[in-house]
Amino acid sequence: MAESTTAIALDRPRSPRRPAARRSNFELYSWLFMRISGLALVVLVLGHLFIMNILDGGVHRINFAFVAGRWSSPFWQFWDLLMLWLAQLHGGNGLRTIIDDYARKGSTRFWLKMLLYVSMAVILVLGTLVIFTFDPNI
Amino acid sequence: MAAPATAEPTTHPSGVPAPEGSVDVTVKIQRFNPEQDSEPHWESYDIPALPTDRVLNLLINIKSYIDGSLAFRRSCAHGICGSDAMQINGVNRLACKVLVKDLLAKKGKTTITVAPLKGLPLLKDLYVDMEPFFEAYRSIKPYLIAYGNEPTRERIQSPADRERFDDTTKCILCAACTTSCPVYWADGTYFGPAAIVNAHRFIFDSRDEAAEERLDILNDAEGVWRCRTTFNCTDACPRGIEVTKAIQEVKRALLFRRV
Ligand code: HEM
Ligand code: SF4
Ligand code: FES
Repeated sequence: MAESTTAIALDRPRSPRRPAARRSNFELYSWLFMRISGLALVVLVLGHLFIMNILDGGVHRINFAFVAGRWSSPFWQFWDLLMLWLAQLHGGNGLRTIIDDYARKGSTRFWLKMLLYVSMAVILVLGTLVIFTFDPNI
Repeated sequence: MAAPATAEPTTHPSGVPAPEGSVDVTVKIQRFNPEQDSEPHWESYDIPALPTDRVLNLLINIKSYIDGSLAFRRSCAHGICGSDAMQINGVNRLACKVLVKDLLAKKGKTTITVAPLKGLPLLKDLYVDMEPFFEAYRSIKPYLIAYGNEPTRERIQSPADRERFDDTTKCILCAACTTSCPVYWADGTYFGPAAIVNAHRFIFDSRDEAAEERLDILNDAEGVWRCRTTFNCTDACPRGIEVTKAIQEVKRALLFRRV
């Protein structure tokens, strides 16, 4: 096309450099994971909010004893563990998408993702540790 | 520039002939001359327009009677060639398919804003460099691929098999969909709706044998999984193609590995 030759040096945010297809199903599985974890989170998060904020007395009755009581049951331990992992991976993967959207430079992309992955790992490890090692008698 | 004095249409102060029944409108156009301007700016033109005019008529009138340097693409003027997609009042439309009567203000004077497509490099006034768009189109292999010996008869197809990709055969490659997509605005390496529409046209064609290849291409990081189901593309398509649905059908084909 002739017209692309004469224009002055314009910003070309779209100059395409297309690497060969990687033949990986990662994006497919992460797409699927967003829908499945989203469905599970509807129950987990809304249930959590309902119990903590609305059910008899709501937020005013929450204290150390209340949490200790709940976590003495494997059911609520499992509920909170699942919610922690799903919300963290779901939210983290969502943020990964947003970084891919908006970061223009390869290095910005890389460092933002590193920050994201490290913070995800810290929260996952810390949260899991607390749920499993919680001692109601301290 | 004075318009030739003819008997019938009276001449408006702008120099544009004003036929009977015309109303005054303001056309606000984003102008950019790469040889003079460092960035685009808006310019307004008060001209007469018939309610039955298309926005393309207004652009042609401005170019013919007011400023010959106004640059835009158009060819067929009948919604077939796909040259004149642009942003009209903020949405992507073909200038040759939008009627002035649909843009008239309920009361007061009408302003029609016209800007080039977003997300492709601006070259001048209302036209952009389409090359990144066509690069994405070419990379999904938009042609029939068949292996083995060529048949001696025509490649027969049942009406039901034809129906599966009928919608996506209508694409005129105007780029209205791709340049309405927020993911494409942010990330220009995303293939974009139009490339997926044209991949769909061959993936679901029973005579084509390269569905697998195209699905692999669209399974990649910049492929269909970038789509966030915004529906801007479906809203923009001047051919009424259900673009988002086509993208969803490609996702499903990948998910179940079945065409
Ligand atoms: C209440 C249940 C939830 C459902 C049904 C849900 C569903 C979804 C779905 C389907 C997507 C993908 C959108 C797309 O690709 O088009 C998504 C994206 C996302 N979700 Fe959730 N989600 C839920 C809760 C959460 C929670 C608790 C968080 C935060 C921890 C979160 C953070 C995100 C983020 C950051 C994105 C990316 C947004 C984007 O793609 O622009 N979601 N969600
Ligand atoms: S799908 Fe519609 S909007 Fe997109 S390029 Fe084709 S005709 Fe234009
Ligand atoms: S000029 Fe051909 S589609 Fe509008």
